[in-house]
Amino acid sequence: MTKKDNNPIVSLVSRAVSPFIMLYALYVIFHGHYSPGGGFQGGTMLAAAVLLVRLAAGGELGQLQFKTSWGMPLGSMGVLIYFGTGFTALLLGGNFLNYHTLPLGSDPAAVRGWGILLVEIGVGLAVMGILVAIYDHLLEGDPL
Amino acid sequence: MKIVNYLILIVFCGLMFFAAAGLPERGDPNAPMNRPKSRAGSTEAAYYYIQHAKEDAHTDNMVTVILADYRGYDTLGEETVIYTAGLICFLLLRKRKKEETP
Repeated sequence: MTKKDNNPIVSLVSRAVSPFIMLYALYVIFHGHYSPGGGFQGGTMLAAAVLLVRLAAGGELGQLQFKTSWGMPLGSMGVLIYFGTGFTALLLGGNFLNYHTLPLGSDPAAVRGWGILLVEIGVGLAVMGILVAIYDHLLEGDPL
Repeated sequence: MKIVNYLILIVFCGLMFFAAAGLPERGDPNAPMNRPKSRAGSTEAAYYYIQHAKEDAHTDNMVTVILADYRGYDTLGEETVIYTAGLICFLLLRKRKKEETP
C-alpha cells in the first residue's frame, strides 16, 4: 500500500465491481432462509467488497467508501443486535434467544423466522465491521 | 527431508481413505445421524431437527434454523470470539496520540 501504481483500469474495475459484491452479499444474508448462506458468509463478502477497493484503489478512496473509525462501532452494533434480540425475548417472558415471544406477529413459528433474520443481520454487520477494522488497524502507521 | 514429507503425506492419505471406507452408507436408516432413537432409547437430536425444523421456524434451510435458533447460544459465542479478536487488534494496534508513541 506504500507503493502505488495508480493503474486506472484496476482502480476503475474495483470501484465498479464493489457495489455488486455488496448487493450479492445482501442477497446471501437475506436469502439465508432458503439457500446456503447466512450472516457469516454475507458479512465476509461485505468486508471483501470494502477491502477490494482498499487494496486496488488505495486508502484514500477506501476511506470515502468506509471510514476506518466506523469498523469497531459497526461490529459492536452487530453484536448488540444479536444480544438485544435474545435479551428482548428474555424480557418479554421467554427464554434467552427463544424468539417466539418477540412482538412480531401472532404465529410463533413465523416469529421465529423473523428472529432468525434479525440475528443473521447482526452477525453480518459484526463480521463486516470487525474484518475491516482488523485490516485497517494492522495497516495503521503505514501511510495510506 | 523431502522424502520424509512425501512419506508422511502418503501415510496420512491412506489413513483418511481407510477412515472414509468405514463411514455409513448415504441415507442408511440405522446410521447414528439418521435413526430416530438411540440405542439407549432416547430421541436423537438430529432426527428431531430434520423432522421439525420447517414447522418450528417457517424456514426451509435446516442449517440456518440449527445455527441461529436451536443452537443460537453457540452462535452468540462464535460472534463474541470474532468481536474479541477485533477488539484486541483495535486496542493493541490503533494509532495513538503523539506523546504516547515510544
